[in-house]
Amino acid sequence: MSRALKSREALLGLAIMLLIGLIATRFPDFVAPSNLANVFNDTAALIILALAQMVVILTKCIDLSIAATLALCGMVAAMLDVAGVPMAVIVPLAMALGACLGAVNGLLVWKLQIPPIVVTLGTMTIYRGIIFLISGGKWINDQEMSPLFKSLPRMEFLWLPVLSWCAVAVVAIFAVLVGRTPLGRSFFAVGGNAHAAVYTGINVGRTQFAAFVISGALAGLVGYLWVARYAVAYVDIANGFELDVVAACVIGGVSIAGGVGSVGGAVLGALFLGVIKNALPVIGISPFWQMAISGTAIILAIAVNATEGRSRGRVILKSAEHVA
Amino acid sequence: MTGASATKGRQIPDSLTHPATRLLKSWESLLAVVVVVIFVTNSFASPYFLDPWSLSDATYNVTEKLMIAFAMALLIIAGEIDLSVASIIALASTAMGFAVTLGAGTPELVAIGVGVGLICGLFNAVLVTGIGLPSIVVTIGTMSLFRGLSYIVLGDKAYTGYPADFAFFGQGYVWWVFSFELVLVAGLGGVFGVLLHRTNFGRAVYAIGNNPTGALFSGIRVARVKFILFLLTGLMSGIASVCLTSRLGSTRPSIAVGAELEVVTMVVLGGVNILGGSGTIPGVVLAALVMGLVTFGFGLLNVPGIVMSIFIGLLLIGVIALPRLWARLRIQRG
Repeated sequence: MSRALKSREALLGLAIMLLIGLIATRFPDFVAPSNLANVFNDTAALIILALAQMVVILTKCIDLSIAATLALCGMVAAMLDVAGVPMAVIVPLAMALGACLGAVNGLLVWKLQIPPIVVTLGTMTIYRGIIFLISGGKWINDQEMSPLFKSLPRMEFLWLPVLSWCAVAVVAIFAVLVGRTPLGRSFFAVGGNAHAAVYTGINVGRTQFAAFVISGALAGLVGYLWVARYAVAYVDIANGFELDVVAACVIGGVSIAGGVGSVGGAVLGALFLGVIKNALPVIGISPFWQMAISGTAIILAIAVNATEGRSRGRVILKSAEHVA
Repeated sequence: MTGASATKGRQIPDSLTHPATRLLKSWESLLAVVVVVIFVTNSFASPYFLDPWSLSDATYNVTEKLMIAFAMALLIIAGEIDLSVASIIALASTAMGFAVTLGAGTPELVAIGVGVGLICGLFNAVLVTGIGLPSIVVTIGTMSLFRGLSYIVLGDKAYTGYPADFAFFGQGYVWWVFSFELVLVAGLGGVFGVLLHRTNFGRAVYAIGNNPTGALFSGIRVARVKFILFLLTGLMSGIASVCLTSRLGSTRPSIAVGAELEVVTMVVLGGVNILGGSGTIPGVVLAALVMGLVTFGFGLLNVPGIVMSIFIGLLLIGVIALPRLWARLRIQRG
């Protein structure tokens, strides 16, 4: 069983290598370390959000409001910066706001048992609408933002910009959180078999709530990084990005039925989409192809997930058997 | 809600309530009251509201979405969902625009629009019922794929130059203030109402939504019914695309972005259980009236579109949350 999981990640890793190799035969510059670092940096936001989305999907929920949360927190961060609030306050505030927005989703799912897809479809439009209300539909531009606010994600530190390091840090934290903590294991338990989870003393609703709060907080962090990196904040930033995030998870082998997924898979899924996105302009294909390619990748990935067998729900027990 | 105090404390009723009481306490009658209240409020709030022509214009806010909502209601009652409907509109519209550049006339355009809708529905149907994939992810994927194809064809350009007689479907009037779209949607509402509430097929839809395994064991061809429902949803999206394209007279890849949310909201607001198993066509029609009147009223008061979308989001969550909160309070009070 763990071999099957590993092979999924190996397969994806191989596909990414093959993709990069194919591009390199025609455009050797693409595999230059500096360019690969750029590709990684460009995919950092997707990696962070794919991991956030993964824990939500593990608990058999879905967070379609993740991009709207990102945009709202980004706008608030930019407005705080314009108002002269110091950086040391802005980033924690953006994350706290994101956590609150995630908590709204989580509470509706936990306390009122409303299906997560309905809740987050609703909050997706509500959060975007709030951006319009607080900004009055105006843009916050490059010249209005303070220099530190814009430059922080780009600051180089040990050959990589801070944005990339954020992604590396989140990956490391998630590897520990998902694999080595009771909360992380309960995400799998809740999604794999909710009834069994209840009998083992796990509060299903509260675990789902925790997943939404984590997802919201990370969306808040990415909100700041996004706005600072592109040096602009407006109502429609990251519009439709939630689909890319879900696509990254599904491609990475995270089962939409809950309980199945891995940190490595989600990261590789995000990298796969990131490489394609960055390769398209290089090999001379219009960026307008991106959307259809993501869609096709989602459909192919779920088809592969389905044929790999449906009895992969009880991952915890199986892996425990292997360890023992 | 009216008889809440009368039934309080009675745990298991020994008989069903009288049909008339059930009708009065139903979600549909609550919606009907809401429609009347909004209608009266609007007619006092704005002097321009109570005019047959402006009311007729207001129907365009919902007619195309309501067509899709009929099919979506059946699909959701059967326990599935289709989030790709707005993208089907975009792809069908793009195909029609492309056909115009090849010199297609109005009959061909309608055939192409409806045909592309059917093909998209077929694609979803095969993936969901043929291969057995979960409809929610499949249609998130096809939502991206179908609109993505429009972007590949059109990029940042637009198709215009539809033939003059093509404009009838979205802009023509059958009689007095009754537009072609209004008459079409009324007819379709009748067809879907009979299909869901008066045929074996309709009963099968409810049975599948309540218990797919039970339905299968009682001899219902579950996969086939779901297959037909996805086809119907594609078909209705194709028809909606013809109407919308004809009304706008142009096609951009971003046409009808986010319409799937409004369609799902309409269906859920109409009292269809998002988990499947219950709901009615009259409920969906009333929900469309509520949404149309509110949008129209806000429009008269110069409220921007994005604020209306906040309202629709709140409505979607509110209509599911409030009855549950209500039930919770009643349980706590004992």
